[in-house]
Amino acid sequence: MNMTPDEEAEFKRRRRGRNVALGLVLAAFVVLFYFITFARMGG
Amino acid sequence: MTTSKTQLMQAEWSDFYALTKPRVMSLVVFTGLCGLLAAPGHIHPILGFTAVLCIALGAGGAAALNQWWEADIDAGMKRTAKRPLPQGRMSRDNARDFGVMLSVGSVIIMGLAVHWLAASILAISIVYYAVVYTIWLKPRTPQNIVIGGGAGAFPPLIGWIAVTGSITPMPILLFAIIFFWTPPHFWALALFVQTDYAKVGIPMLPVVAGEVVTRRQILAYSVILLPLSLAPWWIGGTGAIYGISALILSGLFLALSVPVAVRRKQPEDTMKPEKRLFGFSILYLFALFGALVVDRLWLGQGLSI
Repeated sequence: MNMTPDEEAEFKRRRRGRNVALGLVLAAFVVLFYFITFARMGG
Repeated sequence: MTTSKTQLMQAEWSDFYALTKPRVMSLVVFTGLCGLLAAPGHIHPILGFTAVLCIALGAGGAAALNQWWEADIDAGMKRTAKRPLPQGRMSRDNARDFGVMLSVGSVIIMGLAVHWLAASILAISIVYYAVVYTIWLKPRTPQNIVIGGGAGAFPPLIGWIAVTGSITPMPILLFAIIFFWTPPHFWALALFVQTDYAKVGIPMLPVVAGEVVTRRQILAYSVILLPLSLAPWWIGGTGAIYGISALILSGLFLALSVPVAVRRKQPEDTMKPEKRLFGFSILYLFALFGALVVDRLWLGQGLSI
């Protein structure tokens, strides 16, 4: 199950890509929920 | 060995994106948005945006669950063999969990942000596609496309109800239009694309019942589509902009499906009438729903039906 240095670099690149994508999605939902809250309060 | 290595390697974020079938989603977003814009009444723009987003997320979740279930079937067909699961770029459990998360998340957000009626229908549409269609009926009946069309028909219904908060004849008619549009649209494609559904045991109508039956069914659905697409105008739910557009578009649809119905495939056939009908069917749906929105925005709010 040991990875070569190249595979390890690729593994880390993919993991970083997923983490960045998830982070952006979560941030977008924070903003969306902020505005939904105002809309629902009738603002 | 390669499989375990790719499993170990894990998926890229773009594989998860591909799992949501982005191209199908563009049609879902369009018809959902049209339902929302054409509905009488007002919805806060942020909540309207959220409603369309939830419709898209729900469709993406259902698409992921569809591919989780059909990974083996997809691997056996050229068109679908490049998807993340058959390629071994992602584990099946990952696809399933991603699909469940999108589905449940979209329903909860819809319920909290818009209302629980829209959320309930969204939930029904996801279960309908992922369970009733994908798991239950698609492998069992040559009418699977008719049933699958039901799944694609939900977005404008949900968009409309997100605004009005009640189920009335108009959104049900929009549902029915897409429902009856899907079979001739798909079967026209199935006639000229050599698919390998037979190989993987999915009973598609042209394979099971033959070409003649398929051509006759295409015409039957096109005939029904004409009065059905005019019904929103007849019951007073839209104005003449929609009515005349529907008459022209459905008339053309019928006119293009007649040659498809009466001819038979020849050796070295270029299948022009079938390709023309398929190409027009896509334009038809965009134009019809576009006309619905233009009608509402131009002629003002119609009656609340």
